[in-house]
Amino acid sequence: MTDATAGGLAAPAFSTPKSSLLSQTALVRRRNAAETRFKAYGIAAIVLSLATLGFMLFTILTDGVSAFFQAKLSFPVELTAETLDPQGNRNRDEMAKVTTLGYNKVLAAAFAKEMTARGIAIDGQSDKDVTDMISKDAAGDLRAAVLANPQMVGTTIDATVLATGRIDGYLKGRVTMETAERDANVTPEQLQLADLLREAGILKSSFNWDFITSPDASDQRPEAAGLGVAILGSAYMMLLVLITCVPVGVAASIYLEEFAPKNVWTDAIEVNISNLAAVPSIVFGILGLAIFINFAGMPNSSSLVGALVLSLMTLPTIIIATRASIRAVPPSIRDAALGIGASKMQTVFHHVLPLAMPGILTGTILGLASALGETAPLLLIGMVAFVDNYPGSPPDGFLDPATALPVQVFGWAQRADPAFIERSSGAIIILLIFLVAMNVLAVLLRRRFERRW
Amino acid sequence: MSFMKSSASALAILALSATAGAARDQVQITGSSTVLPYSTIVAEAFGENFDFPSPVVEGGGSGAGRKKFCEGVGENTVDIANSSSRISKSDIELCTTNGVTEIMEVRFGYDGIVFASDVNGPEFAFTPAHIYGALGAQVAKDGALVANAAAAWNEVDAALPAQPILAFIPGTKHGTREVFDTKVIIAGCKETGAHDLFLAVAEGKDDKEKAGNADKACMELRTDGKSVDIDGDYTETLARIDADKTAIGVFGLSFYQNNTDKLRVATMNGVVPSAETIAAAEYPVSRPLYFYVKKAHIGVIPGLKEYVTFFLSDEIAGPDGPLAAYGLVSDPELAATQAMVEAETPMGPLE
Repeated sequence: MTDATAGGLAAPAFSTPKSSLLSQTALVRRRNAAETRFKAYGIAAIVLSLATLGFMLFTILTDGVSAFFQAKLSFPVELTAETLDPQGNRNRDEMAKVTTLGYNKVLAAAFAKEMTARGIAIDGQSDKDVTDMISKDAAGDLRAAVLANPQMVGTTIDATVLATGRIDGYLKGRVTMETAERDANVTPEQLQLADLLREAGILKSSFNWDFITSPDASDQRPEAAGLGVAILGSAYMMLLVLITCVPVGVAASIYLEEFAPKNVWTDAIEVNISNLAAVPSIVFGILGLAIFINFAGMPNSSSLVGALVLSLMTLPTIIIATRASIRAVPPSIRDAALGIGASKMQTVFHHVLPLAMPGILTGTILGLASALGETAPLLLIGMVAFVDNYPGSPPDGFLDPATALPVQVFGWAQRADPAFIERSSGAIIILLIFLVAMNVLAVLLRRRFERRW
Repeated sequence: MSFMKSSASALAILALSATAGAARDQVQITGSSTVLPYSTIVAEAFGENFDFPSPVVEGGGSGAGRKKFCEGVGENTVDIANSSSRISKSDIELCTTNGVTEIMEVRFGYDGIVFASDVNGPEFAFTPAHIYGALGAQVAKDGALVANAAAAWNEVDAALPAQPILAFIPGTKHGTREVFDTKVIIAGCKETGAHDLFLAVAEGKDDKEKAGNADKACMELRTDGKSVDIDGDYTETLARIDADKTAIGVFGLSFYQNNTDKLRVATMNGVVPSAETIAAAEYPVSRPLYFYVKKAHIGVIPGLKEYVTFFLSDEIAGPDGPLAAYGLVSDPELAATQAMVEAETPMGPLE
């Protein structure tokens, strides 16, 4: 190299090649080796990150897939009028005085009766062993069904109720005879009974729609816990984030990009927007608590407050993405539009915005996806909570308490009962499905509408 | 800038419309994560058996919960604060300045704190002196304070198994740590005689301050990795024990009772922790659990009084109720608390 520049034309540097081009010198070999090494580093990095991702997905799937299956007991239940309607007049208000304890007794009696009728029994079983196989959630469901239709009392219905979490765990291999001996919440007798019940066709494991639709349940009934409220809450929040963020974000970007004069003020705004995008999300939670709940008096734990906090967080992302895609529209388009007499606003809305749309959509969807996975800001506004009732239908439902998907993952991971670990992983699977769907949508939209110049 | 203004005003309009339509119809509860499972069990059963919606229950810690509780009176403040320790004077002062003058204090039961290790490991029979001897930063040896050098439990007491010392204890933000410090560490410090030695060198104006400083010196734990603070919850402690089978962890009784297939519980002063031994005050490491009710909200928030009454009913908080089944030690004086709630008596000043 130095020879070539110093020598000039008069003395051709390569007039006497020292070696053939086909045989490699030490320097070339070293350079080639360095390149091979560098490629190897790159491949190693990719393999490492793929392996980590694969390992993570593998653990989540192995832990979580079982949450989508649930053991259930089916047996006929006679809704005895003496216990459930002591007055005998089928009056809902009077029947409401019978608590779930009464319904528990009815279920337990029916279950014991069915087991005797089918001849299912083992040595050393106690009454408690038998009745404790039915989930504590069953009585509440039965009570709600009976109160909704009081004429059911006196008839015999075919009930399908949840088995307790430990029996469910036995069917899934989480609970074994060995652990049952040490476990205070299940006895080996119950597991033997479970085997017999399974042979008799009373105990069956089936796909668990309730996991997706039911509300959360307390620590004593992991088998009944579901994601219904969380999915609804997340959906409400995403809708509200979309409604608040997109108009504000797009309008702000168009103004800053196309109309705003370039001066100190717009520079300051630009810097601040970029900074805002880097603020830790918990800070937005503190802000939300101070402004929306304490100052504006909006209801605690509601999806409206959650959505506003997430909007503050998503807005900078959307503004940055929108500005980038507006900037990517070539100036020639604007010049041509202006040249044939379009006003500035016509230029923006007829030409620039439609061309920038795919980028804006992608940015918005990615911003929403990151908002969907956010827990920290919701912690402070009371959405990390036990919420047992579905929020109402919009718009009033936006003010009802709700939770969100990542919050449910966080909440379940902290529970004492081991059955919640599978629920937590199951919730992660649902969350990942939503995130992947949103990202795929973003990619598809970009592919479909992207223009190249 | 005009867009900033318009977005700000849009938010303001949303806020106004929100407050106009918001008549809260469910009870809101916040506070201790130890009380959280009990609260959710009752909230769920309440929703099933009454025509009121289930209360919304948040965790987050006793101290944070009481602060939120004391923010004021009104529909956008919480109704009940769960707490695993008694309300403090400063909390009550904060409440009073914010207009929360009448608070009902409800003690609904006791919670035990247990030491447990991997189920396949050896059995441990502890005394507070053992725990202090293993974890204290400085221990008494031949009448003098020396830095703790014990590496295995049998160096603390020959009767204990020859297993390296490693303990996972609750971090300082937990209410459980307070009980651990006072009922185990300071008790052990006094048993081993280290407290007297600390007292002899303690600085302070009077005896009370000196004793306080000696207590503080006792609570200094060793920092060489034998005692590990867990800032997460009991699930984290369990996972750490799972990974490190020789470790000892500190748990709530209810957590242990739900994981008896993975954990072996240690005795304390020869007493096995259980609901019975805690109720009989034989097991030393326990604490009362409380919740605090804003009296001004009774009659305003639908279902509040019914929820509190339901919580304290014999079929829920009694010895055969679901809370006891989950691990709560039922309060022997439950009847008195029920009468207090019935009469809506607010708590008197703290002594």
